[in-house]
Amino acid sequence: MALIEYREALNQAFAEEIERDPNVVLIGEEVAQYDGAYKVTRGLWKKYGDKRVVDTPISEAAFIGMGIGASMLGLRPVMELMFWSFCTVAYDQIVNNAAQVRYMSGGLINCPIVIRGPANGGTNVGATHSHTPESWLANVPGLKVVSAATAYDAKGLMKSAIRDNDPVMFMENTLLYGEKGEVPEEEYLIPLGKADIKKEGKEVTIIAHGRAALTALKAGELLAAEHDVDAEVIDLRSIRPLDEDTIIASVRKTHRVVLVDENKPFCGVSAQIAAMLQEKCFDDLDAPVMRVTSLDAPAIYAPKVEPKQLPRPQDVIAKVLSIR
Amino acid sequence: MDTAIKTKDYALAPINSKLSKEGKIDLLRGMLRIRRFEQEALNRYQNAGTMGGFLHLYIGQESVAVGACSLMGDNDHVITAYRCHGHALAVGMSMNECMAELYGKVTGCSKGKGGSMHFFAPDKNFWGGHGIVAGQTPLGLGLAYGIKFKGLKGAALCFLGDGAVNQGCFYESLNLASLFELPVVYIIENNKYSMGTSLERSSVVKDCLAQRGEAFLVDWAQAGGEDIYEVRAAVQTAIERAHNKSKPTILELDTYRYYGHSVADAKHKGGYRSADELETYKRDHDPIQLFKHRLIAEGVLTEEEFEHLSEAAKEEAKASVQFADDSPLPDDASIFEDVYFEVDRQTEAGRTGKHFFHD
Repeated sequence: MALIEYREALNQAFAEEIERDPNVVLIGEEVAQYDGAYKVTRGLWKKYGDKRVVDTPISEAAFIGMGIGASMLGLRPVMELMFWSFCTVAYDQIVNNAAQVRYMSGGLINCPIVIRGPANGGTNVGATHSHTPESWLANVPGLKVVSAATAYDAKGLMKSAIRDNDPVMFMENTLLYGEKGEVPEEEYLIPLGKADIKKEGKEVTIIAHGRAALTALKAGELLAAEHDVDAEVIDLRSIRPLDEDTIIASVRKTHRVVLVDENKPFCGVSAQIAAMLQEKCFDDLDAPVMRVTSLDAPAIYAPKVEPKQLPRPQDVIAKVLSIR
Repeated sequence: MDTAIKTKDYALAPINSKLSKEGKIDLLRGMLRIRRFEQEALNRYQNAGTMGGFLHLYIGQESVAVGACSLMGDNDHVITAYRCHGHALAVGMSMNECMAELYGKVTGCSKGKGGSMHFFAPDKNFWGGHGIVAGQTPLGLGLAYGIKFKGLKGAALCFLGDGAVNQGCFYESLNLASLFELPVVYIIENNKYSMGTSLERSSVVKDCLAQRGEAFLVDWAQAGGEDIYEVRAAVQTAIERAHNKSKPTILELDTYRYYGHSVADAKHKGGYRSADELETYKRDHDPIQLFKHRLIAEGVLTEEEFEHLSEAAKEEAKASVQFADDSPLPDDASIFEDVYFEVDRQTEAGRTGKHFFHD
């Protein structure tokens, strides 16, 4: 297996799918000649040319809508939002057109589009650039939402997302683009709707997605090393569709749950899972379902303070110990 | 008739001069079918309690949809806003599927899931039927993008109202259309009112909306919308620009709606517009009457034949009411169908993970 960066894993997924399917086209701000604002699409324009890798002006509403319209005609556009935070500008197109057109047409029209980009705080860019909109989008039936924590997951999920015939909102993370992970040489796919147990354990289930899954994993390792707690860590990978079976099976084994979520707490992804757990695992639980989320305020700029606004391993450890 | 002097006879435009007698009658029939369909729909909406929601009537504007859609070739596509019944019938959708959709029946074009504002027929290159003002303008751009990407010679006709021109995504779309040289034709159906707000109260430039395209180097034109010959001539020029140069156009067509913004618009008579204005339009600018007289003058049509066409359209509309009445409602389980392709087809992706969360 090769050790490659998260961004390179995505880059490989794009290249492979461009070569596999003539209808795949990458579109977005700076994705072509500039090689991507975060270099995720590095080299692709040079290799595949103007038709397959397309720069747009800063016009999220129009170019996201353009991608949706093109997907209705059978293209498979992979649209980059430089930050997922900018989806607010294109929200009407995503929520009213991509998500609803199949339903409102009685199933006559498909929208096989991927909209992707980083969706995270923690980079000191202030509140407008630090949104985590996975919960906003997962709230809309018709959309699918995935979030990759590792290079391996990023590549496998992206290839599945591009081949999926429904609109997939793909959440990446600027803090992870440079992280290296092992990725097989041979082709592989990771299905949407399948969680990954990143660490097996028996005493508490820690559930997270995206970078929070790595925070949870770190906490799990420290819990074992320093507190003699055997935690299981589940990375959701896919938020909608959601792998409820894996979550429920784990909770029935451990009887304790801590959810870790870089989303805001109110109606965040973790809130949905907590609601599901009290309904389906009430008798299996030996303690209240606990959450560690982003602190519930706009993302603060102050570089020395912002890290405390996001879930940290010590926050997760403290929460686990509180229900031990 | 209006006393304005017509400076050009659009019957002489090449696209019209080659029309056969049958072709001309088809245009008239197309307009009559829209009018009779909507009159019947309005009647049922008001009296029978069989429909819910909005009903935005197109009556008065029929020449625009029929004229434009009559020019469509295999690779030409249409998308419009919420006042979509006329375009739907003009591209060849049946009255039955449209009326049943208004009734929320499973036999409707969208299986009762879309309603009045959301008719679709992708097999006829008709992509809706969109409820958010100007929300369809980037989609029209995308259809044009798809046409060009596939190397086809086609055009995307994207209709919008005069109220839509003040939305931001329309301007973003114009810039992209011009920058990327996309074969999209934005057809502004200027019926003078965005709901209850007149053009005078919504646009700083009162007499021309299409010229806003100049900022993006998009070719534009204004034309009358009441004469279907003129509509066809103007739209054909834009389609040729799209086909031959892969360039966008903004075409503003002057038109008028006889009913309110939606059925629930009590102020449209004597409120935000005068009864006299409405009556003047109906008397002097009605597209069906104008074309009827034109065809009679051409010797292509008689009064009797007109009555026959009108009656046939009325009968078809009544039959569609019967069809809708007799059709079953969607069953409750269908609420969860047509949300996700993969779930509907029960593909491996559709069977992996939970897609719906109500229980």
